[in-house]
Amino acid sequence: MTDKSMTNFFETANELISMDSLTLAYDKGGDAVPAIDKINLNIYRGEFVCVMGPSGCGKSTLLNILAGFLSPTGGTVKLNQKEIKGIDAHRGVVFQHPPLYEWYSVRKNIAFGPMMQKVPKKKTAEDVETYLAKVGLTDFAEKKVYELSGGMKQRAAIASALINNPDILLMDEPFGALDALTREQMQALIRKIWWNTGKTIFFITHDVDEALLLGTRILVMSRRPGKIIADFPAHFTKEFIEENSDDARYTEAFHQKRKYILSLINEQ
Amino acid sequence: MLVTWDNRISSIIIPSPAAIWTSFLDLAQNGYKGHTLWAHLGASLRRLFIAYFFAIVTAITLGLLSGYSERVRAVFEPIIAFIRPLPPLGYYTIIILWMGIGDNSKIFLLFLGAFAPIFVSCVAGVTRVKQDYINRARTLGANRGQIFLHVILPAALPDIFVGLRNAMSVAYATSVAAEMVAAVSGIGWMVLDASKYLRSDVIFVGIIIMGITGILLDKILLCLETKIVFWKGKN
Repeated sequence: MTDKSMTNFFETANELISMDSLTLAYDKGGDAVPAIDKINLNIYRGEFVCVMGPSGCGKSTLLNILAGFLSPTGGTVKLNQKEIKGIDAHRGVVFQHPPLYEWYSVRKNIAFGPMMQKVPKKKTAEDVETYLAKVGLTDFAEKKVYELSGGMKQRAAIASALINNPDILLMDEPFGALDALTREQMQALIRKIWWNTGKTIFFITHDVDEALLLGTRILVMSRRPGKIIADFPAHFTKEFIEENSDDARYTEAFHQKRKYILSLINEQ
Repeated sequence: MLVTWDNRISSIIIPSPAAIWTSFLDLAQNGYKGHTLWAHLGASLRRLFIAYFFAIVTAITLGLLSGYSERVRAVFEPIIAFIRPLPPLGYYTIIILWMGIGDNSKIFLLFLGAFAPIFVSCVAGVTRVKQDYINRARTLGANRGQIFLHVILPAALPDIFVGLRNAMSVAYATSVAAEMVAAVSGIGWMVLDASKYLRSDVIFVGIIIMGITGILLDKILLCLETKIVFWKGKN
């Protein structure tokens, strides 16, 4: 008994994801510039990590390694102390263009994960209702994918990733293709989901405001070879929730941080 | 007047619409050389459907497998690439030598004609499936079999239907060629036989019937396609 609670305590005290001199060179030739170079980084449970950087800095490469789509050419990456090898259901992925299955309804798309893992039908049906409600798609459950707007598709994609209860949600510029109004709604939605579920989120964006509005921790990456050049906490997203308003957005502190990040990116 | 085009054009070159119509009524009533018109059409369609059915079953299976596994593709693709451009009549004699002059050789010829388009489109369909579709399924915990059934097969369906429609038209066109040798029934045979006697009216009736049947067959496939692949072109 004591042993068990000890191990539990031990696990939660440890990092959720740990990267140790993680490197990936697409071209394996000797003098090729790696896409990401010797990244050491820990991600802890409950963090909302926003990753920024100039295009081509290897943000997506990093995410693809975490998801298991790519294998690093050097270093290791561990999830819960176990090395990530290939793709599995421990990490939920939300793509920029949600690859929902057009041959299935919204409901079946969200139920896809549990269906594949042979979760009992009754539990799946209940879970689907819960997650439909969470992303505000209850009335659209029977719709075909092509009948949804871009924002709704992304909502469905988020629900379908969350229903599997992954350890971490990996999001690759999920709102980049949406219009400004929809993007704001989606930001509020993902913030609420993060707050209510306590999920760890790894979120790539090219939008400074978005990073500051959502993240509890901001990472800035350098141009190729991608390295992490800044790593600092942000508190605006919590203020948003606690004060239930977006006043934090117009504070001096917010502008200072914004300027700082932009200068980091532009200096390169 | 209309019956003879006013005698200005020989009805052997182009029979008048009225002559064609009369000929059609006559054929519908009395048949052509021992079989009714519908028996001729039925004989052609029977061969076509049997060949088409076997082509669907084998070509879709092998095509999807070839798209999925590079090893299987390495075996079948060169063979298909070789057979596909060959004109059916080129190897028809060989098939008759192997299988005799009965229906089997004709069905086999049609089968070969229909096989290639379906196979090729299945391979294309599978290899074109977006990697994100597969990645998403894997991050949601699907195994290889499930990915094939729930992702790759439906994602390839639009391409498969393109192949099915091509295959139908190739097979239907080949069926006339198949009936040139040692047949005594079939709409294609009727046309070829009529040409020996310069019965242009019968030839025209045959051609029109073949054309209409071809359109109908394609429409049926198109109808199935919009039903099954309801999402096609909607994104």
